[in-house]
Amino acid sequence: MATYRSPHIQVVAEAPRTPLVPNGVMGMLIFVFTELMLFGGFLSAFIIIRSGAVVWPPPGQPALPFEQTAFNTALLLLSGVMLFVTRRRFDRDRASARTPMWIAMGLAAAFVVLQGREWVALLSQGLTLTSSSLGSFFFMVIGLHAIHVMVALGLLARSHWRLRRGWLASSQLGTTEVFWYFVVGVWPVVWLVMYQ
Amino acid sequence: MATAPVHHETHDDHGHARAGFIRHYFFSTDHKMIAMQYMFTGMAMALIGGFFAYAFRMQLAFPGMDVPGFGVVSANEYNHLITNHGAIMIFWVAMPVLIAAFGNYLIPLMIGCDDMVFPKLNRLSYQIFLLSALILIASFFVPGGGFAGAWTMYPPLSTKPEFGLTPLGATLFVVAVGVEFVAFLLGGINFVTTAMNSRAPGMRMYDIPMVVWMIVIASILFMGSVGPLVAGAVMLIFDQNFGTAFFDPTRGGDPVLWQHLFWFFGHPEVYVVLLPAVGIVAEIITVFSRKKLFAYRTVLYTAFGTGVLSFMVWAHHQFIAGIDPRMANIFTITTLLISIPVAEMLFVYIATLFGGSITFTTPMLWALSFIATFLIGGVTGIFLGASGADIYLHDTYFVLAHFHYTFFPIAIIGTFAGITFWFPKMFGRMMNERLGKIHFWGTVIAFNCIFIPLFVVGVAGEHRRIYDFTNFPELARPALRNLDEFATISLLVMLAFQPIFLFNLFYSMFRGPKAPKNPWNSNTLEWSADSPPPHGNWPELPRVYRGPYEYSVPGREQDYWPQNAPN
Repeated sequence: MATYRSPHIQVVAEAPRTPLVPNGVMGMLIFVFTELMLFGGFLSAFIIIRSGAVVWPPPGQPALPFEQTAFNTALLLLSGVMLFVTRRRFDRDRASARTPMWIAMGLAAAFVVLQGREWVALLSQGLTLTSSSLGSFFFMVIGLHAIHVMVALGLLARSHWRLRRGWLASSQLGTTEVFWYFVVGVWPVVWLVMYQ
Repeated sequence: MATAPVHHETHDDHGHARAGFIRHYFFSTDHKMIAMQYMFTGMAMALIGGFFAYAFRMQLAFPGMDVPGFGVVSANEYNHLITNHGAIMIFWVAMPVLIAAFGNYLIPLMIGCDDMVFPKLNRLSYQIFLLSALILIASFFVPGGGFAGAWTMYPPLSTKPEFGLTPLGATLFVVAVGVEFVAFLLGGINFVTTAMNSRAPGMRMYDIPMVVWMIVIASILFMGSVGPLVAGAVMLIFDQNFGTAFFDPTRGGDPVLWQHLFWFFGHPEVYVVLLPAVGIVAEIITVFSRKKLFAYRTVLYTAFGTGVLSFMVWAHHQFIAGIDPRMANIFTITTLLISIPVAEMLFVYIATLFGGSITFTTPMLWALSFIATFLIGGVTGIFLGASGADIYLHDTYFVLAHFHYTFFPIAIIGTFAGITFWFPKMFGRMMNERLGKIHFWGTVIAFNCIFIPLFVVGVAGEHRRIYDFTNFPELARPALRNLDEFATISLLVMLAFQPIFLFNLFYSMFRGPKAPKNPWNSNTLEWSADSPPPHGNWPELPRVYRGPYEYSVPGREQDYWPQNAPN
C-alpha cells in the first residue's frame, strides 16, 4: 500500500477506488512509452543516414562486431528471464526472491562491463564520436542504452534493499519490472539495427 | 494508491496556510499551488515574449527606428528577438499555462480527488520548468547574445557558430528546451495516471468533463511525440559542442534529418496545446448556453482521431525543404484529412450553442471568439497544407498570419477564457465584468487588425524572414508598407489593453466581491468545493451520479444538475 504522507492531511482511509493498474506501474508504463519513442527517434535517424550512405561502414571505419555482441545480448536477455523468476518467487515466498534478483543484477552488470570493453576496442580501431556518422550514432545510442541499464540496476538495487528490509510492495517491484523489461527488450532491436 | 483525507486538523484556518511563506508558495506539493506557479511563470514569460514582439514589429514597420524601451534593433538582435519570441510563446507560455497550469488545477478538482497521484513529482516538474526558463533567460546575456537561428533550430544555423553567430546562446537554448520537456514529461505522467486512477467513485469514463479528457489526450500526444525531438536535441547539442556529424552533410550527416525529428514533435505539439483550449471552450459554452454538450462521445472520439492523425502530417512543414514530391503528396492528403476532425469539433460547439439561452459573460465572449478566430486559422491552413500552394506561400507572411490565427486563439484567447471562467474558484473572488469586457474587445479587435493585413501582404509576396524591407525595393511598395505599419500600430493597441487585464486580475484577487461556491451554476465537481478550495479540496471526497453536462433537464426545477447531487 503506497501512501504519501502530507503533514497537513491526516490520512485515515484508502480512496474508495482500487485502480486496475497501480499508480507507479502506470506512471512507469507511460514513461517507457516516451522512452520507446526516444529510441525510435534515434534508430530511425540512424536508418535514414545509413540508407543515404554510398558505402557502409564509412571508409576507414571498422565494422561493428555483430557476433561478439551476441554473447552480451544473451546475458542481458537472461537477466530479463531472471527478473521474471524473481517476480514468480516474490508472489509465493518473498525471501526466496533475493537470489534471482542478485543474478539478474550480476548479469546486467556483466553486460555493461563487456560493452565497455567493446567500446575500448573500437576506439583503438579508430571509431570515435567524431570520426564519422557511424561513430557518432554508435556511441550516442549505445551509450544511451548503457545509461539506461545502469539506471535499471539502481532501481533493482533499491528494490533489493527494500526486499531485505521487508518493505518491498508488489507495485514497487512492478514499477522496476516495467523499466527492466523495457531496457532488456529494446536492446535486441538496437543490436540488430546498429550492428548489422 | 490515492488516499482520502477524512478530516483536516482545523476547518477554518486549514493548518497548511501557516506553513511558512517560502514553503507555502515555492515548495508546496498542492496541485493548486503548483498550477498557480505555472500560471504566473507563464504570464511573466508572456510579458517577455510580448515585449520582444513589440521590439521587432517596430523595426519592421519603421526600419532603423530607435524603439522606445529597447533602442535600435540590429540585424542580429532582430533574429534573436523573433527566435525567442516564438520559443517563449510556445514552450514557456502556451504549454505551461494551458497544459500544466490548467491541468494541475482542474484535473484533481474535476475528477474529485484530493491531489495528483505523484505530488512530489509534480513539485519537481515545476522546479525543472522554472530552471529551464532561467536557462533560457540566462542565454540572452552570454557573449554573442541569445540564440538567433529561429525557434525551429534548423542546422547549420544552429550548429555552426560562424552562421548563427551565437556559440553559447545556441547551446543554452537547446538545453533549455530539453530541460523543459523533462518537466512536462513528469507533469504528463501525473495527469494521465491521476485521471485514470483517482476518479471519484461513480465517475465512469464518459462522465469525465471534456477539458480533463482533452488535457489527458494532449499529454499522451506530447509524450508520444517528444522522444524523437529529445533525440534530435541531444544530437544537436553534440554537433554544437563535441564535433559529431549527425547533421553535417560534409561528413555523412543530413540537415533535413533534424527537420524530420523536429516536426515529428512540432506538429503534434500544435494539437498538444489546441486540445486543452478546445476543452476549456467546451466547459464554458455548455455553462453559458445552459445546454448539454452536443455529441460528447463524438467529440471524444474525434479528439483521439485528431491525435492519431497528428502524427502523420509533420512533413507539410518541409514541402520546400527538398523532400520527395511523392512524399509531399502523401502529406498533403493527411494534412487535408486532419482538417475534418478539427472542423467537426467546431461544428459540435456551434450545435451546442444552437437554441441555448446564451449569457454573454466575459468567459463566454472569449470562448465564442476562440471559435471564430480559430476557424480563420484552420481554413487558411488548408491552403498551406496543399503542397502546390505552399510552395508559393511558404516563405511569406501568409504562413505567419495563419500560424498566429491558430496559436493566438489557443494560447491567449483560450487562456483568458479559462482564467476568467475559473477565477472565482482559484481566488475565491469575482473578476470585474466591465473591465473584462473592455479588455476582451480591445484584445480581439486589435488582434484581427494585426494579422488580417499580414495575410494580405503575404499573398502579395512579402517575404517573412527579412529584417529591413527598405533594402528590397520591390517589397517596399507603399501599399504593403502601409499595411505593415497598420499591423504594428494594432499591436501597440493590443498591448495597451493588457494592463487592464493585469489590473483586473490583481485587483479582483484581493478586492473583488467574494465568490460563492458555484457562481456560474455549473455542474462539474470543482464547483462543489469551497472557493478557493482548501488543501485536500473537500472535507469528504464527492461521489458522482451523472455526466458533466446535464443542463436544462426537463422536469427539474433548476436548470443545472451537479454531478455530485444524488437526485
